[in-house]
Amino acid sequence: MIYYDKVTRIYPDKSVALENVSFGVEPKEFVTIVGHSGAGKTTLMKMLIAEDRPTTGSVFFESTDISRLSKRDVSKLRRRIGTVFQDYRLIPGKTVYENIAFAMEASGRSDAEIASDVPHVLELVDLGHKIWNFPKELSGGERQRVAIARAIVTQPDIILADEPTGNLDPTSTYEIIQILQKINDLGTTIILTTHNKGVVDTVKGRVLTMEKGRIARDDKNGKYVL
Amino acid sequence: MIFTTFKRITRTGFVNFWRNGFLSFAAIVVITLSLSVFGGLVFGSAFARALLADVKDKVDINAYFTLNAPEEDILALQKDIKAMAEVSRVEYVSSEAVLAQFKEKWNDNALIMQGLDEIEGNPFPAVLNIKAINPGQYGSIASFLEQKNPTASDGTPLIEKINYQQNKLIIDRLGRIIPAIEQAGSAIAIVLALVAIIVVFNTIRIIIYTSRDEISVMKLVGASNIYVRGPLVVSGIMYGIVSGIITLILMAIFAYWSDAVLLRVAGVQVASDFELVVNILSRYFVQNFGQIFMMIMGAGIILGAVSSYIAVRRYLKV
Repeated sequence: MIYYDKVTRIYPDKSVALENVSFGVEPKEFVTIVGHSGAGKTTLMKMLIAEDRPTTGSVFFESTDISRLSKRDVSKLRRRIGTVFQDYRLIPGKTVYENIAFAMEASGRSDAEIASDVPHVLELVDLGHKIWNFPKELSGGERQRVAIARAIVTQPDIILADEPTGNLDPTSTYEIIQILQKINDLGTTIILTTHNKGVVDTVKGRVLTMEKGRIARDDKNGKYVL
Repeated sequence: MIFTTFKRITRTGFVNFWRNGFLSFAAIVVITLSLSVFGGLVFGSAFARALLADVKDKVDINAYFTLNAPEEDILALQKDIKAMAEVSRVEYVSSEAVLAQFKEKWNDNALIMQGLDEIEGNPFPAVLNIKAINPGQYGSIASFLEQKNPTASDGTPLIEKINYQQNKLIIDRLGRIIPAIEQAGSAIAIVLALVAIIVVFNTIRIIIYTSRDEISVMKLVGASNIYVRGPLVVSGIMYGIVSGIITLILMAIFAYWSDAVLLRVAGVQVASDFELVVNILSRYFVQNFGQIFMMIMGAGIILGAVSSYIAVRRYLKV
């Protein structure tokens, strides 16, 4: 479903973020990518949504080469991938409802669909009672659950979660991982980056270990080894 | 689908306009100030044009005829002058008419009326009042008359005196000053308008800069450019509309206030003599309201919309 083919990313200051990285992700997999800060985890994620492009090599989503997509097709690709970030990236000027509705509007859903799906997905992340609040009125864990709701509401093929628990306390972290696993059980592919040992051990899925821009280990049923 | 997109973009633009109250307020203040500069330029040029037209209108040269010049010769000369390209108007005032005007003017003054009675007959010569299209052309009209030097059938000159030499200095100066004022006025107008446009553009750029993170999030969620840019342009248009309305109200207040001030300064007597000068702005505002409305609202809307459209461009490259 996703294939990284000999991907290298060298920044203009000559620092190497990724070096000759190749791996694939199958549908319905739950892949956890671990590594120290600066190991290249986030760069790897950015390439999948065309926020960054490889210096050499290619990233394939199904059979399309992401780095060759036009602007319009990049927007279409992004609607098929739900993204969750460490810093939540909610839109501060919109309510919880509007933040989630925006993702649906952008992918061209009808008003009726939006009106029925948004409350539904908020129930799923247990935030039905905060539907008209603004992000600044929510706790970190609640914000991240809104971000997840936004990522899944368009029923994407993949969820990218880049250190989603990085700013959260252990309880919220556990809740977020539970939600991601539930989504995975329903058939959505998930790629998660983290440097939290507890998260890796809870997920018990495939683990890619990154070191200095290379893949150091790739374990089915992996453990946290650094 | 296009209709839905349009509806959503418009709604989001409206909602953002209200929610970002302070930013909207700041934008409206700046755009209103800029539009007021445009409004000031409109008023300034209207006022200057009216004053200049008034001054131009007051400048003329007069050809005074000898007392016994035959009327048909004068009328023939009037026809010749009228045919000149430089001349806008030639008015013949017969000696009887001059006398009647004089009598009417000094009717209340017994001494002058008595003096007039003591002179036998009509002491006033007939006059041609000649107006040129622009003040620089009086020289050539005067020299035309001097060279032609029309004579009556008995050979005596018809024209007693042309008052061009007396008025030459002021006419020459006006001929030079008026075009200079017009040129300087347009140059100042262009500079002020440019400054106003740049200030508005920068203000909107800063407003959009504050929401650059939002813009990148929208792009990462998969929104196409129109979904990101549209609401910002709608907000820009709303800034323009609100600012335009405020500016038009300010202009109306200014026009009537300045009239009242001019009236007070000039005094009622002068005001009635120079009626045009005193009511310039309010009259201009009312008579040209349609045009002024279109100009101010159009400038506001275009400034808001185009600034937003351009300012957001650099943040769309996510």
